[in-house]
Amino acid sequence: MSNQHMGKAVPHDSAAKHVTGQAIYIDDIVLPAGHLHGYVSMSPKAHAQITSMDLSAVRTSPGVAAVISATDVPGAIDIGPVLPGDPVLADGWVEYAGQALFAVAAGTESEARAAAKRADITYDDLDAILDIETARAQGSYIVEPYAITVGDAQAALAKSANQLSGKLAIGGQDHFYLEGQVAVAMPGEDGDMLIYSSTQHPSELQHLVAKVLGKSSKDVTVEVRRMGGAFGGKETQAAPVACQAALLATATGRVVKVRLDRDDDMMATGKRHPFHVNWRVGFDADGVLDAAAFDYLADCGYSPDLSLAILDRALFHADNGYFLKNALIRGFACKTNKVSMTAFRGFGGPQGMLGIEAVIDDIARHLGIDRLDVTKRNLYGRDGTRDATPYGQRVEDNILPELIDQLEASSDYRQRRTEITAFNASHSHLKRGLALTPLKFGISFTATFLNQAGALVHVYNDGSIQLNHGGTEMGQGLNTKVAQVVADEFGVPLDAIKITATHTGKVPNTSATAASSGTDLNGMAARDAAQTIKARLAAFAAEQLGADGENLSYADGNVLIGEKTLTFAGFVRQAYMHRISLSASGFYATPKITYDPATRQGRPFFYYAYGAAVSEVVVDALTGEHRVLRADILHDAGRSLNPALDLGQIEGGYIQGLGWLTTEELWWDGEGNLKTHAPSTYKIPAAGDLPADFRVAFFQGENREDNIGRSKAVGEPPLMLASSAFFAIRDAVASVAGNRLNPSLDTPATPEKVLMAIEDIKQRRDTEQ
Amino acid sequence: MEKSILRLTLNGRERADAVDGNVLLIDYIREIAGLTGTKMGCDGGECGACTVLVDGEPRLACISLAASAEGHDVETIESLAEGTRLSALQKSFHQKLGSQCGFCTPGMIMASEGLLRKNPDPSVEEIRTGLSGNICRCTGYVKIIESVQDAAERKAEGDAA
Ligand code: FES
Ligand code: FES
Repeated sequence: MSNQHMGKAVPHDSAAKHVTGQAIYIDDIVLPAGHLHGYVSMSPKAHAQITSMDLSAVRTSPGVAAVISATDVPGAIDIGPVLPGDPVLADGWVEYAGQALFAVAAGTESEARAAAKRADITYDDLDAILDIETARAQGSYIVEPYAITVGDAQAALAKSANQLSGKLAIGGQDHFYLEGQVAVAMPGEDGDMLIYSSTQHPSELQHLVAKVLGKSSKDVTVEVRRMGGAFGGKETQAAPVACQAALLATATGRVVKVRLDRDDDMMATGKRHPFHVNWRVGFDADGVLDAAAFDYLADCGYSPDLSLAILDRALFHADNGYFLKNALIRGFACKTNKVSMTAFRGFGGPQGMLGIEAVIDDIARHLGIDRLDVTKRNLYGRDGTRDATPYGQRVEDNILPELIDQLEASSDYRQRRTEITAFNASHSHLKRGLALTPLKFGISFTATFLNQAGALVHVYNDGSIQLNHGGTEMGQGLNTKVAQVVADEFGVPLDAIKITATHTGKVPNTSATAASSGTDLNGMAARDAAQTIKARLAAFAAEQLGADGENLSYADGNVLIGEKTLTFAGFVRQAYMHRISLSASGFYATPKITYDPATRQGRPFFYYAYGAAVSEVVVDALTGEHRVLRADILHDAGRSLNPALDLGQIEGGYIQGLGWLTTEELWWDGEGNLKTHAPSTYKIPAAGDLPADFRVAFFQGENREDNIGRSKAVGEPPLMLASSAFFAIRDAVASVAGNRLNPSLDTPATPEKVLMAIEDIKQRRDTEQ
Repeated sequence: MEKSILRLTLNGRERADAVDGNVLLIDYIREIAGLTGTKMGCDGGECGACTVLVDGEPRLACISLAASAEGHDVETIESLAEGTRLSALQKSFHQKLGSQCGFCTPGMIMASEGLLRKNPDPSVEEIRTGLSGNICRCTGYVKIIESVQDAAERKAEGDAA
């Protein structure tokens, strides 16, 4: 193996196609004449019994080829990914505004839309639960509440020298992948179905399409070349439109495309879970935690979807990087009449961390100690002590103390703290704030069985290579990284390798490309396939070319066999002539992980990824408006497989996190209708929202576990770096009242909320005096 | 709806097509002219993914009627490269990793093209403002801004048109 590509800043393999408009997304596929457009009608009610559904006028509307409702589904109606609860089309009642009622296929999209308007549906309204507190009061849960515990939090709390309690409401987030949900269904012979979908999870989609059609997985093929962004929003949420397209294609025998327009997409599909975190902690005079009790209440929406795994991950990250000797961490999966909340970059982890970061923040102000010092004093140990997480995994690879020290120095944290204090003392309207937040993020799917991957590598007898693996490309550069791995195995240039679309016919039974694990899993599986072929080639060389099989080396498009150098193409040609198989599948299952959901103890994560960020903000105390002036990030990507792609993940993750925590506000009205369903009302960061001064660096180190190339996953973790901006805003708000009182500020910290927090803290200061 | 003949110049070539009066420019470009490089991101004039140039000015094709381009000069992402030779902006977005998922990229490049034609040497602030109508959900904009700066330098050095 050579090391010519791994670790290099290679551009994205599709970049040339992106910039010329030649990259093909689902909506760009040229469809055969006679294809149809599907439109899915959505419920206007958050919770109601459907008393009648008359679709006769829809059927006779111009251009309509088929109209289907739940009664027309030949197979199963429920497409819940893990647990039941998600009907492909409403089956007698509706549980959220935006739920799919029926689907129409017509010659054009506007014909289908116009037809759908002619439906006559009557409802009996039912009580709708629209917020977390009501759900809790009524005991409306997806599963019974549960807890992770370590030590005795209640007893330790009672004994603690200092106690504090608090709460934080955390907003949800729409993915706003630039390419919305879309699928094309092409019926084949024997009732087979070929689906082109923008999905992170082709295997599950294949399974669900088969299920609604009353077929089996062998009858359905799913292909995805690339997605126009996903961020978790296409893990389960791609399935409904694909199933609806497949149903319409079956009903008509024609090719059907279903594409949600932006408003429909935002109303119909799941989002990041809003959370409420309530906490009570005990700590000593230095701010070191003795005990912590957390209640994490997740707004799961109307169905389970992935909520249980997401709540698990939130609880697994309630410690962030901090040692909790005594902890009671409770999780409440609240069922509400909203869209079913789903995976989104971080998968509950960000909400988990935000809770304890609020704790650190409050303790610091309560004791009059700099937040950074409270942070450092509570970190996990490095010497085998203070290293057990509440769920029993030991933190064996802790680099946070070192990483934070480096960032403290490189960001001039202390110096700037002094300057900011002086600035705030001399300015009444403009207030600056500064905060450093660390992150520790567990890498692996918490459902252990998902940590497996497959690949299929073909070496053709001209020396070119086709690479297939089960991961999907959503912009993160997964295909590029896996190609770098395979190119180094065979010592060939990257352009000798063709990266193909992900296809359920080539690699079966795959897990979603999620949990940041795409490269870790698929890189290993592809390497395994390559090594299988290389083992055959070595045996061939030993037998036919008299080589010592161990001594083959692959580099620069050549193979060195003992003293002899052959071109790779020449060598594989000879192997082919001697009837050596040049194609192999590969497989990988992450080692070391075990987790017992019954005891909630084990080692759910193969390793942890770390990072920290310092953000400085300025807040206008008269308007609540704020800006990030500077952000410094030090992030741990292990030995990065591709620093250029990883840098993009870090920058993009921070900005996406900044949007989540400061501008992107999901707002449902009293009837359960999402009112912020377009970028005009839902504010996504634009180029102007970038920190004026943005400095990103990699922590120098390598993965201590034998992960691909000793790298670390980098998809999700950087999102959480943006919490530094939220706590910097909190710092600025607190400065209005002398940095002694803890602001009441929820996320997203919109100007309106910041202004309210400022008014509130001023009032509390005044009543105190 | 009455069809009428729409005459315009698309990527340097004159065309005449029978088009319904209510057809959007983006549908004309993608479906009638078959150029799918221009993307539909938000369906409502708020993300910039559908940006094309009309007489050299950035225009959102998702909220423009095709008829409004009658007699005008429309340029899409497909017009920039000459054969396999990428334009300055395309080269820069490629090499500086200005794209991740690539879905915002055609609109981003066309908006940048409009900007650079008017202002060949924009400051970072001017680039941020010039691209303020274009959402990218992946990159965090850092590499997009670097790409535009890099392209401005390339153009100044006479590399690519
Ligand atoms: S698609 Fe035209 S602005 Fe978004
Ligand atoms: S690269 Fe994905 S939206 Fe910009």
